[in-house]
Amino acid sequence: MSLSLRIEDLRKSYARPVLGGINYQFMPDRVYALMGPNGAGKSTLFRLLALLEKPDHGRVIYENGPVDILDDMNLRRRITLLLPESGLFNTTVLANAAYGLRLRGVGRAEAKRLAVEALASVGLEHKADQRALTLSSGESQRLALARAIAIRPEVFFLDEPTASLDPENREIIEEALLSMRGRTGIILSTHDRTQAEKLGDVILMLKDGKLSEEG
Amino acid sequence: MHYIILVLKDALSLLLHPSRELIGVVVLSMLVSGGGLIAAAIAGLPLAAFLAFSTRFAHLRTVTVHLLNTFMGMPPVVAGLALYLLLSRSGPFGVLGLLYTPSIMALAQFLLALPLVAALSHSAMVAVRPEVILAARSLGASPFQRVRTVIYEARYGIIAGLMAGFGRVMAEVGAVIIVGGNIKGYTRTMTTAIALETDKGDFELAIALGILLLAISLVMNFSMYFFQRKGKYQ
Repeated sequence: MSLSLRIEDLRKSYARPVLGGINYQFMPDRVYALMGPNGAGKSTLFRLLALLEKPDHGRVIYENGPVDILDDMNLRRRITLLLPESGLFNTTVLANAAYGLRLRGVGRAEAKRLAVEALASVGLEHKADQRALTLSSGESQRLALARAIAIRPEVFFLDEPTASLDPENREIIEEALLSMRGRTGIILSTHDRTQAEKLGDVILMLKDGKLSEEG
Repeated sequence: MHYIILVLKDALSLLLHPSRELIGVVVLSMLVSGGGLIAAAIAGLPLAAFLAFSTRFAHLRTVTVHLLNTFMGMPPVVAGLALYLLLSRSGPFGVLGLLYTPSIMALAQFLLALPLVAALSHSAMVAVRPEVILAARSLGASPFQRVRTVIYEARYGIIAGLMAGFGRVMAEVGAVIIVGGNIKGYTRTMTTAIALETDKGDFELAIALGILLLAISLVMNFSMYFFQRKGKYQ
């Protein structure tokens, strides 16, 4: 059962207003596909929802109450954000996949087992001992996904997870996400309507700082 | 040429059958240089981490980074002179009686290695890709765990800083000869012995010590090369 997530009057500006008072209730265990033009604020929205940044105004509410502090580690460890840049660590593929588990104090053997399981879900288990930074861009993104899957987030944000990937890598990532359906809340951004319709239970459009449901 | 070959032969003979004096000089050098470098690592790495990660004291951090960069190029004899003035009998710390002791030589080595270790480690830490730090955050790393992750990611640069510090302290002669006095059997190191023996025209010991210094440097560099090759990714 994943966390429930609600946002109330969320506003954020940098040099210009990006998000202008967004309200939305995300239901647990559903898949939301977020669409919108470049610069619409999708990445900003993800950083706010993943508690990596504070909004200028408004609230991000997980389960019981508003989150006003960014260092609520217990809550932050139940959610994760997959970034467009994989941000892999300069170590082995296996150590990358096990990183989040080790942070959470999972023992070495158990972390290895879960990490190998996560690697298998994206077809990378045979590269466990390879250095992560020698992987191709598609494999890097798959490893970043495995690293996030390994920690079994209750809410999983993915910021353009298949942007600039070839069809084969794209399909592997989509399959891995489909296999998580119903077990975790997924909110992913994409420019590809076909992908949005394939993966999403609900399609959201972010445009001119406002969020709306489509279809 | 014949003379050089003869001297080299004698130097190699000295290395194969080292005298107590030679062993003493090598051991003291390693202790003084190693001690100075270890102290520089103990002080320099936390300092580098503070400069890289702290969000407070912005002006102090900027000034410190500039000072470290400046002191990286400090001539050793200037460091030696400063220490000498502070620790000579008429100096403010003269009562400590530290001048011409191995301790003050290690302190001089520490002062020379610290800017290199701290500045190069700081550079390595701030050069860690921002997406790696963001990935660590999004995976649930606490502030302490993020610092640990960044230090791990910067490990090759940090090792390079330590190697640069090691190179400096092993090659150092100016400061240690001023504050150590080059006293036989007490404060004579490999480099100060080389300088003295060359002055005396007694090249066998000087060359033997030179070969040893090069060998130590070679071993350290090869260790570094293999360590970096292991972590090479592009």
